Amino acid sequence: MQLLEFQAKELFREYGINLLDSISSTNIEEGRKHAKELGFPFVIKIQVPVGGRGKAGGIQKCQNEDEFEIKYPQVMDLTVKGEKARAILLEKMADIKKELYLSIFLNRSKRCYTIIASNEGGVEIESVKNQIIKEIGLGDVSDDVAREVAKEMDLEGDIADQFVDTLKKLSKLTIEKEAELVEINPLAIMQDDTIMALDGKFVTDDNSNFRHDELQKYQEKTAIEEQAEKSGFSLVELDGDIAVVGNGAGLVMSTLDMLSDNGGKPACFLDVGGGATTESVYEALTLISKLDRVKGILVNLYGGIVRTTVVAEAFLKAYEDNIIDLPVFSRLKGTESDKAKEMLQDSRTKIFDSVEEAINAAVMGVKN
Amino acid sequence: MTDIFGILKGKPEDHDYEKKGVIVQGITGAYGSLHARNMIAYGTNVVAGVTPGKGGQKFENSVPVYNSMQEAVDATDAKISIVFVPAKFFLSAAKDALNAGIKLLVAIPEHVPIRDTMEALALAKEKGAVIIGPNTPGIIIPELIKIGIMPAMPFKGGNIAVLSKSGTLLYEISDALTNAGFGQSITIGIGGDPVNGTRLIDAFEMVKDTPDLEGMVVVGEIGGDSEEMLAQRIIDSGFNKPTVAYIAGRAAPKEKRMGHAGAIVMGTYGSAESKVAMFNKANIPVAKRPAEVPVLLAGKMEKSD
Repeated sequence: MQLLEFQAKELFREYGINLLDSISSTNIEEGRKHAKELGFPFVIKIQVPVGGRGKAGGIQKCQNEDEFEIKYPQVMDLTVKGEKARAILLEKMADIKKELYLSIFLNRSKRCYTIIASNEGGVEIESVKNQIIKEIGLGDVSDDVAREVAKEMDLEGDIADQFVDTLKKLSKLTIEKEAELVEINPLAIMQDDTIMALDGKFVTDDNSNFRHDELQKYQEKTAIEEQAEKSGFSLVELDGDIAVVGNGAGLVMSTLDMLSDNGGKPACFLDVGGGATTESVYEALTLISKLDRVKGILVNLYGGIVRTTVVAEAFLKAYEDNIIDLPVFSRLKGTESDKAKEMLQDSRTKIFDSVEEAINAAVMGVKN
Repeated sequence: MTDIFGILKGKPEDHDYEKKGVIVQGITGAYGSLHARNMIAYGTNVVAGVTPGKGGQKFENSVPVYNSMQEAVDATDAKISIVFVPAKFFLSAAKDALNAGIKLLVAIPEHVPIRDTMEALALAKEKGAVIIGPNTPGIIIPELIKIGIMPAMPFKGGNIAVLSKSGTLLYEISDALTNAGFGQSITIGIGGDPVNGTRLIDAFEMVKDTPDLEGMVVVGEIGGDSEEMLAQRIIDSGFNKPTVAYIAGRAAPKEKRMGHAGAIVMGTYGSAESKVAMFNKANIPVAKRPAEVPVLLAGKMEKSD
């Protein structure tokens, strides 16, 4: 799970990392109250769990009440990379002298935490040449290592001390919460020479959720995502019109790729898990019926030992129960596929021998 | 370096050559018992099961069940285990196995916390053991030994090694290879988690010097840099057997976890473009579709003749 900026900052605050005053809200009435408490001028920041919000116009300066009335709803209505605003953060303006970059991430291939720091902050770190990278093992960052990083960044005196302090707090936070990534970009040196975290990114290891009740309040799931989780499915909503269903994450990703290659637009990624049963496929169809934009369903199941007739039954039952009335384009690899085709002959589900054929039919099918 | 064939098959002079014992941790659970039966049906020599509190029972009236890995290892001298316990109990099951002397641990559970995986890996390193997974379909030498949850149907004996992050794609692509006449010497599922006990480079090191190896297929997906490291290792090692790759997730949006805990692109870290570019640099063609894998492999083989 990727936390929103204001949620990451709540954790930063808890760990004593310096922040500007800010307040989050989810509607303009609340926002107006906060505007008074905070006082003009401030910045209006959209809260979405993806990057690139600045470019999309999701960060706006606000000088007075008139501007607030125009800009707050504007920012609230924005969509950034398909993500709607989850909240709005109002934050005091920053008087910045210099922007730095600091993150700690779980280095997957080195199997340890790694610091990335740079004295060029405020831009995407991938575009920065001057990166300091330090592998730090699985424990807290030591004073020596933090000092070393500060030195390599050419920080001196009190600013170096503040940086060391921030880095150590950030590492404590990362390790205690079992985060995969914690990033401050920019970490700013202000005109008064204090160091502050102006933005915050925090990605949790969802598999450790059972040890972190305190992070559960940050879970923001749509009703559909919640239902998917209950069924043991993985669901990612996308903005196209063909729902993609399959068993196994790799297989569903692969189907998504091939659909896109052929001009189709996926409406969702739905992995029902390794096995495929009448129940799991029926549940998947029920979930998809709740996505309005879907015009057709592409199913790719590699059954192995699964009998495809079992899956065919799920389609028939879903039509019978009026769960779906959409066309289904399906490739079922498994036994008894001839019989399954026969069962579905008069239904709106077509079974194909190859996924390529199913995809072509789906792309043509939703056009009409 | 891990002699994976030595662990799985043994040496011709061994009394248990090609019949190495395997212990199933969590054998009395629904999932563990189903796959224990399937493994036995495939010919895997399942010598014991472990479920704390259920020691003394017999699984299927023949396989003894023990309370701990130490008891099971003492009784059977097995060096291989496969773990089916729920994710939150994985670390303690892995410790139990590694401390008892297990040298190859196949970790099936999905949703193991990364920190637990890293702790288990640190212990494995100390003990000179190998972990495959977590979140792996397992490992199979077709027609000889299956330690995993994969169906038997897609696999056939042969001389192509297949390394894969994904489970169902491994089945799909092995199936396509088998149909095209490319049997497999070994297929290794490394797992879909962010941290893998056996990375693609480690799996490559296990298979690259197999005497009859004729080619290799790598099934990767977005997330991390395991594929990039492998491509670099292939370049550096001068490995020249025909190799073909497939990468799933080209059309996936950034910063979204695509089903597997490890399948996430952050910035450019983990992107399909980066992986494809590195494979191209290593002169390894990347298939656009699973069905294209055997076609590209056949093309590579012709050229190398």
